[in-house]
Amino acid sequence: MSHAAAVLSDPKPSLRAANRNSALRRFARRRSTIGFLLCLPLILLIAALVIYPAVYAIYLAMLNKRMTRFIGLDNFAFLFRRDTFKLVIFQSTLFAVTSVVLKALLGFILAHLMHNIPSRAQRIWRGLLLVPWVIPLALSCLGWWWLFDPAYSAFNWILAQFGIQPVAWLGKPWTARLCMIAVNVWYGTPFFLIMYLAALKSVPEQLYEAAAIDGAGALQKLRFVTLPMMRNIISITVLFSLIVTFADFDIVRLLTAGGPENTTHVFATYAFVSGIQSGDIPLGAAISLFMVPILGVAAYFVLRGVTQRTKEIGA
Amino acid sequence: MLKTALSRRKALSIGAAAAALPLVHIRTAGAAGKLSVAFWDHWVPAGNDVMKKQVAAFADKHKVDVQADFITSVGNKNVLTLAAEAQAGTGHDVQTFPSWEVHNHADRLEPLDDVMKQLIAQYGAVSASASYLGQVKGRWMAVPSSSGSQNKPPCARISLMKNLAGIDLQAMYPAAAGGKPEEWTFDTFLKAAEACHKGGKPFGIGLGQTTDSVDFAGALFAAFGADIVTEKGDINLQTDAVHQVLEYAQKLVKFLPNDAVSYDDASNNRALISGQSALICNPPSAWAVALRDNPAIAEDCWTITMPKGPKGRMVPSLFYLWGIWNFSPNKSAARELIAFLSQRENVEERCTKVSGYDIPPFDSMLNFKVWEEVGPPVGTVYNYPIRPQHGAVPWVAMTPAPPEIAVQAYNQGTQSTMFAKLKSGQSIAQTIAWAQNELEGFIR
Repeated sequence: MSHAAAVLSDPKPSLRAANRNSALRRFARRRSTIGFLLCLPLILLIAALVIYPAVYAIYLAMLNKRMTRFIGLDNFAFLFRRDTFKLVIFQSTLFAVTSVVLKALLGFILAHLMHNIPSRAQRIWRGLLLVPWVIPLALSCLGWWWLFDPAYSAFNWILAQFGIQPVAWLGKPWTARLCMIAVNVWYGTPFFLIMYLAALKSVPEQLYEAAAIDGAGALQKLRFVTLPMMRNIISITVLFSLIVTFADFDIVRLLTAGGPENTTHVFATYAFVSGIQSGDIPLGAAISLFMVPILGVAAYFVLRGVTQRTKEIGA
Repeated sequence: MLKTALSRRKALSIGAAAAALPLVHIRTAGAAGKLSVAFWDHWVPAGNDVMKKQVAAFADKHKVDVQADFITSVGNKNVLTLAAEAQAGTGHDVQTFPSWEVHNHADRLEPLDDVMKQLIAQYGAVSASASYLGQVKGRWMAVPSSSGSQNKPPCARISLMKNLAGIDLQAMYPAAAGGKPEEWTFDTFLKAAEACHKGGKPFGIGLGQTTDSVDFAGALFAAFGADIVTEKGDINLQTDAVHQVLEYAQKLVKFLPNDAVSYDDASNNRALISGQSALICNPPSAWAVALRDNPAIAEDCWTITMPKGPKGRMVPSLFYLWGIWNFSPNKSAARELIAFLSQRENVEERCTKVSGYDIPPFDSMLNFKVWEEVGPPVGTVYNYPIRPQHGAVPWVAMTPAPPEIAVQAYNQGTQSTMFAKLKSGQSIAQTIAWAQNELEGFIR
């Protein structure tokens, strides 16, 4: 009787179930759903390895020293009152901007030189020039450290051959800063070289031929053909390198540990000293997050420019 | 047949009893079970071997499965591991805490008053520095360990000090009671530094931000009675004592190597071992490496104690302590292991194996034979531990500041950086102004 009543109240249950199944099947067959499911592992990975740590770091940066109380932006406000932190901002900016400009310039020149040598020799040179980038940075830093060491320095030995007094390479603020930049340029230039070389190889030869027919010289070809064609790759490479260089830790930690007199600290090393060594993890998190908004805005404009240019080329 | 041999009821009761066995075993005084311990990775390789041997003996005696890891302090890996374990709330049961880290993680540590009470009853007073580092609000949160704990008194070249500065180290500090320790003051030290600098063998005293530089600076400040932060946490820079020590340092830094500001903890060792320096402040590891790499230098080395200043003779010290995380699942076994490793015979065995490098935290243990016997020259490290005739006290830089302030000033090398600023030509007023800003940042 009850079954009959149910049938009366819902005359087509099997039809409804069939409709539901087909709707589900249609949903599953939609391209967006399939796309989402295929991307899901990547989304989960990014969520676990990027989003969660980033959000956690922001959360940490807003806690008090004992991590027992939420204090909002007080850690950031506190940092602005510290002379040493102002020095860290100056040093980090000097280190990152100077290094990236030099790397870009050297990489550009080397890429052009490389582009103009025969392909067989090019392969050998390319391999040799990539060596600094391939060696683990911690190891090469130790090598540089020995070169700069005042007691055993190879540089000082050379100076001594000419009767010049030894230089305390890492013992004076400005020489120490220049040493940091030099090591970073040595390490990072091959990255620019390889990116620019790839970009150069993708510039159609016909453009140069057309420019030559129009009477363009080497400099004009560079200005009106090469540079416009390389703008996107230059922008992306500079942006990427700027982010990585601002986050650099190894070079400073191994060569000077921030000294002398805190004049070589960058954000990462100062965050380590304040956060880990001095037991103030929220302050360390605040220091390491300091450049995120600035770099985020820079990344937005650079990537927007790249997208616009790509659309223009496509149109 | 089978039914009569083993009924279901009987099988269940046997099973329950078998399952309960390990539980019962864990709860005995012997405290079996698993225990993981992180030790400091000793500079002297034999230090790890003897520790492993003692841990194995404990494990065997107490039927505990002990996992011993040795974590290096190179690159602050030990400090990083501590921070990670404290954050995660999991990790080793027993951890080794270098100097300030006990205070950094005090709220995550199990109080060990019971263990310390027993050890103090056995061996008497603990060194003042170890007490300062191990106690938080009057409670022992970690047990001072001998493994890795060290003094950093001067280790000097006998011949250079005699020829350049006219000081007979072995007569001043013989490998026995007596000598002329009263002659060794900071004024004598300054004259000797000047003479050795003129002779091309400057004192290898660093002005960097690593521990050797910071510890020396801390002892020098203390010898002049210059506490830059008081016990209550007040900044105390505008005092006669601070001015006096900076005036002294202004003279001293002129005689230190040009690269002293970029010294790390290996630079002074290299300066001594390569024969470029007449004196460094370091544990006997520099002498031990010289013995291997440059024996002639090692045979010419003699460790003495720190010079005396207007307010006393302070020996730079650095202690390691053993603590138990409050999330450890096997605290009773951890307590027993720490107590076992702190027994005199075990401390002495370890100290002997590392040629006297380890300084025990208990004053009553400062009479081990190893310091008399090690050489060449025999007796070279006799004066490495503080002897009654030295009239010295172990000193942790930045004492007596509250530890939460001291740890920041210590790790960021505030005192040694003050000397570095003097070396770079800044005035005392500028140096004090800089330190004021730094210390204000640490007090928040």
